[in-house]
Amino acid sequence: MGRKVSLISTVLGAGLLALSTYGTAMADSTLKSIAPPANHPLSEIISGYEFRASETQDLQDDDFENPGYIWVDKGEDLWSEVDGAAGKSCASCHEDASESMKTAGAEFPKWSEKLQKPINLEQKINDCRTENMKADKWKWESEQLLSMTSFVRSQSRGEPVNVQVDGPMAPFFEKGKDLYYQRVGQLDLACSNCHEDNYGNQIRSDLLSQGQTNGFPTYRLKWQKVGSTHRRFKGCMKNVRATPYKVGSDEFVNLELYLGYRGKGLPIESPAVRN
Amino acid sequence: MPELSRRHILGMGAGALVVSSLSIPFSALAANTMATDAIMKFTGGAKPKDGLVTLDMPEIAENGNTVPVGVSVDSPMTADNYVKSVLVVADGNPSAGVATFHFSPMSGAAEASTRMRLAKTQNVIAVAAMSDGSFHSAQSVVKVTIGGCGG
Amino acid sequence: MAKIKPRVKLPKKAKAGETITIKTIISHKMESGRRKDKKGNVIARRIINKFACKFEGQTIFGCDIEPAISANPYFQFNAKVEKTGEFEFIWTDDNGDTYQKKQTIKVS
Repeated sequence: MGRKVSLISTVLGAGLLALSTYGTAMADSTLKSIAPPANHPLSEIISGYEFRASETQDLQDDDFENPGYIWVDKGEDLWSEVDGAAGKSCASCHEDASESMKTAGAEFPKWSEKLQKPINLEQKINDCRTENMKADKWKWESEQLLSMTSFVRSQSRGEPVNVQVDGPMAPFFEKGKDLYYQRVGQLDLACSNCHEDNYGNQIRSDLLSQGQTNGFPTYRLKWQKVGSTHRRFKGCMKNVRATPYKVGSDEFVNLELYLGYRGKGLPIESPAVRN
Repeated sequence: MPELSRRHILGMGAGALVVSSLSIPFSALAANTMATDAIMKFTGGAKPKDGLVTLDMPEIAENGNTVPVGVSVDSPMTADNYVKSVLVVADGNPSAGVATFHFSPMSGAAEASTRMRLAKTQNVIAVAAMSDGSFHSAQSVVKVTIGGCGG
Repeated sequence: MAKIKPRVKLPKKAKAGETITIKTIISHKMESGRRKDKKGNVIARRIINKFACKFEGQTIFGCDIEPAISANPYFQFNAKVEKTGEFEFIWTDDNGDTYQKKQTIKVS
């Protein structure tokens, strides 16, 4: 019994050592980073792009090869499609998206006077549809909403993430921050345990990023399609065996707001390609 | 029973990874029959020769769902000397067949790229059928890992 | 399934005898037929099983496709152009539908 246990420990030890060496090697290679603002929790802000294999980066770098652009294309079609009782399309009011939406992708979640809380891009789009176009809401992870958010956010490509976190946003920002550092689930992990304390290290064979949101909606190789920030949050919560909040929930919008602050200055990369 | 700390769970995962990479040769032998059958069907029983074919694949797949694969065959691609087709098989997938590319002298170059699904670490083999009736092949081992958290 | 959209990228102009690179992608789930739904029933296979590229009606490149090809199938290949003409790209779905895209190239 004793001998068997020590053999297993040796294999485990070797495995852990092999993985941790690999992890160190990855962390040592220079990743492009930007300087954070004062009093920021991170000493360097790094896009998820930097943590991916070169083949994955190549996919993102070419607008044609980037599968996310399929959704951008669809979004572009939807932009000029009339929908709803008011007989309007997005283009009726917003005209040329490359101008009207130039910084939109970098600024959401934004304050909503009407709802007296922050709302994100998906919610804003649906709000426009129901209030101004008199059209039906699109479901959160539907082809249409994913296409529209991909199209709109891609207009902000290269623009630095810049969400407002002071003034009326402050209390919601604090709630988002609390969520970020709160341990949840059977595995009792907080976002920070991986994405702040261990970015650049391996978790099994995955290389941990800082968990930034500058690339969403993201084409994940795992999903084989584009997906929203809230879908990703849900996935993360399920991975630590916690009951996830719902897409569009206040919790997730607050978290999204807080993450916008953590990624301040990163260029929008939507639609990004990640693993 | 030792307390299952997080380090222990991560270690168990690491152990599993080490064990599976040690077993590559065995799984390769076992899974080869489907791939070999597909290749023999393609060549009519002839054993492909080495050379002329280059198979471009990553050493480690970022994600098994989408693995870039490039095939190129050294050939002048003239009317009397060209690559007719290239078969791509994966010997560890539930089904060995991946794709068959068909070229013509109008292709200019016998090159094609696509993206494939790999269920686990395995060999990917490309077999080229030349216009003179000969066959050439190349193969690549691609490591596919199970993700830690996002995986 | 969502609307199936093909995209192609190739130069608009080329010199006679030049070998150009063509890239194509089409949005398609490529349901392998191996996945099961929540009830345990197999989700029926539905993939793009064939791709063909024709120039002025003649097939110059083709691909027989298996479920091992990733979703949103991408193909990059070459074509030697001798004269001005029209490329036609055809994708065939398991369900019998075909999707097409055409693009002209000016060759001098």
